[in-house]
Amino acid sequence: MAKSTTAKAAPKYELDRIDAVPKIIGKPGETLFVAGLAGTSKDIAHITNDGSNFFGMAGAMGAAVSMGLGLALARPDKKVVVATGDGELLMNIGALATVSIMNPPNLSILCVDNGHYGETGYQLSHTSLGVDLEQMAIGAGIKSTMTVESEDQIAAGARMLRESNGTCFVLLRVKPTDPLKFKRDLDPGATRARFRLAMKA
Amino acid sequence: MEAATDEAWQKVVYDSLRKNGVNIFTYVPDAGHRMAIDLSLADPEVKSVALTTEEEGVAVAAGAHLGGAKAALLMQSSGLGNCINFFSMITGGKFPFLTVLSMRGDYGEGNPWQMGMGKATRPILDAMGFVTVEITRRDEVETAMNAACTMAFQSGEAVAVLLTQKLIGAKKF
Repeated sequence: MAKSTTAKAAPKYELDRIDAVPKIIGKPGETLFVAGLAGTSKDIAHITNDGSNFFGMAGAMGAAVSMGLGLALARPDKKVVVATGDGELLMNIGALATVSIMNPPNLSILCVDNGHYGETGYQLSHTSLGVDLEQMAIGAGIKSTMTVESEDQIAAGARMLRESNGTCFVLLRVKPTDPLKFKRDLDPGATRARFRLAMKA
Repeated sequence: MEAATDEAWQKVVYDSLRKNGVNIFTYVPDAGHRMAIDLSLADPEVKSVALTTEEEGVAVAAGAHLGGAKAALLMQSSGLGNCINFFSMITGGKFPFLTVLSMRGDYGEGNPWQMGMGKATRPILDAMGFVTVEITRRDEVETAMNAACTMAFQSGEAVAVLLTQKLIGAKKF
């Protein structure tokens, strides 16, 4: 059998999330954020100063993409960015198929892939063992996707998150190191209420 | 007024949800929800979301609420088990939430695979802090749907409406 000529280079887990996530998000402005449990909630809490335009989870693993979909459908006038990790996304990978068939133009998904379950002791995740989440997003039918794994690709990733005309998926590969510590509000009722109040304003 | 046929009471379920302001429907296909699903897909005022698994619909509803919209999750009772962990966000965060379950593993069930979740449905809903509204007769569909919507969207409760097999009829095996 002929060797594949399309073999991809090995994934690079070199960027530091502390630096790369704020760069790819840019100025949070009017954007609404939903983040899955653990690392990405800390990343986004830091960027928004745990603001009222942010709903971050500390449980319900696998819910972030679907929650962002509901918010994007409810508020087509607002940009919604979902930040999720590789483990969080893998727990409900079918959500990418659901998002794809709805294709809300105001929804952008950022998956911060460190190849590990950082919160529970940095056990290897599937993405360290050959699973490519951008390819799964492509397979789900999401039209705008890219992988960012070096400094010179961050600007293009940021542009896709901000400007894509349909749902987009950006995979940001980072090294398995901790996010900045941030003391965010972990009460889901309080963060729900503050988000709702801000939406009514 | 009594809805005399299957089609008529299923339409009452849909119309009641719409009259109560629901404009985002999420579903995993099921015969008991056939009409509501078809009506939601044909309704230009509604966003109707086909799910790959039921728990996605729980999170979609929570996100819809953050944005000020009302959502309803249509599923078979066997899908309830897939949702349990996400319910912790609903009740812990006091999200208003409404799901309509067509029952399997209930009155007259002939498929033994359905009985486990059928018997567990009510205890699961109780354990997760839901208000449960059971419908057994066609003439109570509209009243019960209105009651469920009021508890969900005005009192902010997690509410499950059970379309029992007394109402739907058991599938023959």
